[in-house]
Amino acid sequence: MTTDSSHDGVVHHAPGEHHDHDHDHHGPAYGLMRWITTTNHKDIGSLYLWFSLIMFFIGGAMALVIRAELFQPGIQIVDPMFFNSMTTMHALVMIFGVVMPAFVGLANWMIPMMIGAPDMALPRLNNWSFWIMPFAFAILLSTLFMDSGGPAGGWTLYPPLSLQMGDSFAFVIFAIHFMGISSVMGSINIVATIFNMRAPGVTFMKMPMFVWTWLITAYLLIATIPVLAGAVTMLLTDRYFGTSFFSAAGGGDPVMFQHIFWFFGHPEVYILILPAFGIISSIIPTFARKPLFGYDSMVYATASIAFLSFIVWAHHMFTTGMPLAGSLFFMMSTMLISVPTGVKVFNWVATMWRGAMTFETPMLFAIGFVIMFTIGGLSGLMLAITPADIQYHDTYFVVAHFHYVLVPGAIYSIMAATYYWIPKWTGNMYDETLGKWHFWISTVFVNVLFFPMHFVGLAGMNRRIPDYSLQFADWNMVASIGAFGFGFSQLLFVWIVIKCVRGGKQATDEVWEGARGLEWTVPSPAPYHTFETAPDITKYAVR
Amino acid sequence: MSDEVRSHRRVVGKTLLATVVMFGFGYAMVPLYDVICDITGLNGKTGRVSAAAIETLSEPTDAAPREVTVEFVASVNSGGAWAFRPSVASMTVTPGELYQTSYFAENLSSTMVVGQATPSVTPFTAARYFNKTECFCFTRQVFEPNASQDMPVTFIIDPDLPVNIDRVTLSYTFFKSPDQQT
Repeated sequence: MTTDSSHDGVVHHAPGEHHDHDHDHHGPAYGLMRWITTTNHKDIGSLYLWFSLIMFFIGGAMALVIRAELFQPGIQIVDPMFFNSMTTMHALVMIFGVVMPAFVGLANWMIPMMIGAPDMALPRLNNWSFWIMPFAFAILLSTLFMDSGGPAGGWTLYPPLSLQMGDSFAFVIFAIHFMGISSVMGSINIVATIFNMRAPGVTFMKMPMFVWTWLITAYLLIATIPVLAGAVTMLLTDRYFGTSFFSAAGGGDPVMFQHIFWFFGHPEVYILILPAFGIISSIIPTFARKPLFGYDSMVYATASIAFLSFIVWAHHMFTTGMPLAGSLFFMMSTMLISVPTGVKVFNWVATMWRGAMTFETPMLFAIGFVIMFTIGGLSGLMLAITPADIQYHDTYFVVAHFHYVLVPGAIYSIMAATYYWIPKWTGNMYDETLGKWHFWISTVFVNVLFFPMHFVGLAGMNRRIPDYSLQFADWNMVASIGAFGFGFSQLLFVWIVIKCVRGGKQATDEVWEGARGLEWTVPSPAPYHTFETAPDITKYAVR
Repeated sequence: MSDEVRSHRRVVGKTLLATVVMFGFGYAMVPLYDVICDITGLNGKTGRVSAAAIETLSEPTDAAPREVTVEFVASVNSGGAWAFRPSVASMTVTPGELYQTSYFAENLSSTMVVGQATPSVTPFTAARYFNKTECFCFTRQVFEPNASQDMPVTFIIDPDLPVNIDRVTLSYTFFKSPDQQT
């Protein structure tokens, strides 16, 4: 293709000539300032995605320190305090620095193109949302180099332990505040974009599932991040300003922190997975060459998961002791979540049923997601059972559970999304052979890594402890081998991405044979500005 | 265009308002939590009644007199140089009658300190039936260097205590008070 300007009125240059923008006032600026001052949703989306990729390797390196120490029983490599700060920082980096920014990056890139909007609603706010993040993480990571060490009381920051850490505590709290401000600003922007910027004719029930899941996620963020901000502010004032929210000596109660924290924390886990549901709901129909089965039920299922996520938080706290009625309520409401989640899984399977399926890399990751996310969902159902949870609490069974939903769940969805949309972003096809290798190596190692954790967890191995009893030695060695295999195979992903950015087979506008949606009607690579005039949606399928 | 700006402002205004409200809600959970603990006895927060209000407790039933064992536990929070123990380890009591016992505390340091005890009752379901008319935990305790004192607790168990409970543990944790002004 050379030009394809029929529907957005912008002249596009052939690939290889894209620096040739001398007379084009609408093209990107040059050099570093382009990235610092940009208000373009595609630039900001790319910034978020690169940031997330860098943080993925930082958080991954921390995970490898943990697994190296756990390779054998005993204390071999790191000091226990440093080990504890690795578990804490690994969680904070992976949650706030990898999964959330990656989803925001994908939202920035794709939502305007999916709903036929020229850009995000609030482009300058968008620039701020991103540029707060590097500072927040510079502050957070700098605590590792302070005398008192990084936070080591777990990412949940439970008092009184978290109040006993050194002065880097204040830095951690401020870093969390900055991340929160960034997330809330990003969410406000996404809500405003979806409400006000849809092209004429793109009604709510015509929006792609990715847009729907992000709209609901944005509401979850707006409703819960301020609660986290409140909780950590209380910790800060307890520590430095003499309040006693969580100090029993002054009439407070440390268990109350857990209630406030998990009121944020449980919706947060859906913040980490709902956009993944949207991505998978885009990819599976493309490669099954059938429209998404049960679109309406998908929308309602997403909304009910979001609603239920607010009334299940105390299932993280069964061991703190609560009245029988409380245990029953939180057990039942937690189990209820598996109903809308099951609706989603069955809809994906039904979409594939009798479809003309092909198995390109995005589809492999999507199918891997469906299978392995379901494994994580089932162990979650086990954890929901109050009497069983008292045995499982704080063991490696919990670690296995949430890593199954987050690594072959959320992370796989992000990889699937990257393979799926990267031809649209760069104009080049990625290397399909390497992509398939990446999928299979990752999938073998991710199961070698996390599946044995179920066994050692059920047998009673505690999480967040650098040493363990001898009977857990074999499976821990297996898990550590899986960790290094999975970690290093992600370098292949970086190579594939870089190779694709630098060149490769020219992608067509449609890219995938079965693809539906407005993003596939613009040229590949997507021009710097798209849909400056709204598309005529009678000509194209929106989903 | 100005229409678009107006509708953006509307959405931003509403979502910002929601953000502020939810920040406030985080703080509102603090009093809310206390209310729920009062109602359910969650966390073993015990009731406090005035001596006069004892009359309002329901009369013991005429059925066979019931006996409940009350156990006393004492612990000192980390960093406190105190000796702290109950004068008796347990008592057998009849619900509806007033009992008195005491705890002994000694300041093991050579400076003046202010202590504060916090009570907790297990099982939690018993907490709301365990009423104290007088307790050293109601006030801060001032200790001269190396001074010691016996501190009384007067309590009454509500006869409405569920029948399946025959053993109640009253636990006190002694803290160095965050407020050391005397």
